[in-house]
Amino acid sequence: MEVSQKTENRVRPQAVKKNKMSMSFDAISVNEAFARIAVAAFIAPLNPTIEEISDIKTAVSEAVTNAIIHGYDEEFLREKPESIEKPVYLRCMLEEDVLLVEVQDQGKGIENIDKAMEPLFTTKPEMDRSGMGFAFMEAFMDDLEVISSPWHGTLIRMKKKIGITPWIRQEE
Amino acid sequence: MEEDFRVIDNYLMVRMPEEVDHHKAVYISEKADQYIMKEGIGNVVFDFEQTHFMDSSGIGVIIGRYKKISYFGGKVFAVNADTRIKRTMMICGLHKVIEIMD
Repeated sequence: MEVSQKTENRVRPQAVKKNKMSMSFDAISVNEAFARIAVAAFIAPLNPTIEEISDIKTAVSEAVTNAIIHGYDEEFLREKPESIEKPVYLRCMLEEDVLLVEVQDQGKGIENIDKAMEPLFTTKPEMDRSGMGFAFMEAFMDDLEVISSPWHGTLIRMKKKIGITPWIRQEE
Repeated sequence: MEEDFRVIDNYLMVRMPEEVDHHKAVYISEKADQYIMKEGIGNVVFDFEQTHFMDSSGIGVIIGRYKKISYFGGKVFAVNADTRIKRTMMICGLHKVIEIMD
């Protein structure tokens, strides 16, 4: 909108247009909450709605949980005991209104991605897994990409547009 | 926390934490199963009054307990869930197998 572009030149705190962060943490379940909060904090300057925060936190939670339970599962630990490090990489990028979240592990990888993404399908029914992880990620984010191959880890890339109506943003 | 699990009549009351994720789910499932298998529980009630976040791990906890208790002819209830938690459960079709009450 022309009006808001003119007022952008006045001396005032700049709205965040571009930002990124990168972190890694151990693949332990207590970090699922940590990852959610980290991403929620990263997007806070955009004044997201409660719905948007919840949606993104849920998707992040699903991806990070998958890295922990599936990426570095018992089978992986048996086969690759020399991999003492079990890192989960979390990266966020902000470009205009679009948030890109990447969750990556260096674990077991996915044999059949299409099958894995089928709702209700899970390789770990004995762990009370609902098989809804990818379905939730797809439902709550605008875009989902899964890049993986056996024993080469998994990369989840999710995008979501934040802030539906720019004109309601506060003018300072 | 022990006090988050209470048995009233033959109902197991489970007070769900503020955030239900995989980390919390493991403990909830194990504890609930202990009660179900040992104390002759008939039905399970999940109380979401304090809960403001739940991902698919929470759905897994509920379904897992439903499978166990329905084997014994029991029912599962979800109470005091906020709009978002209710919506999450219904997206998964959970309302078809458990009773979601206010």
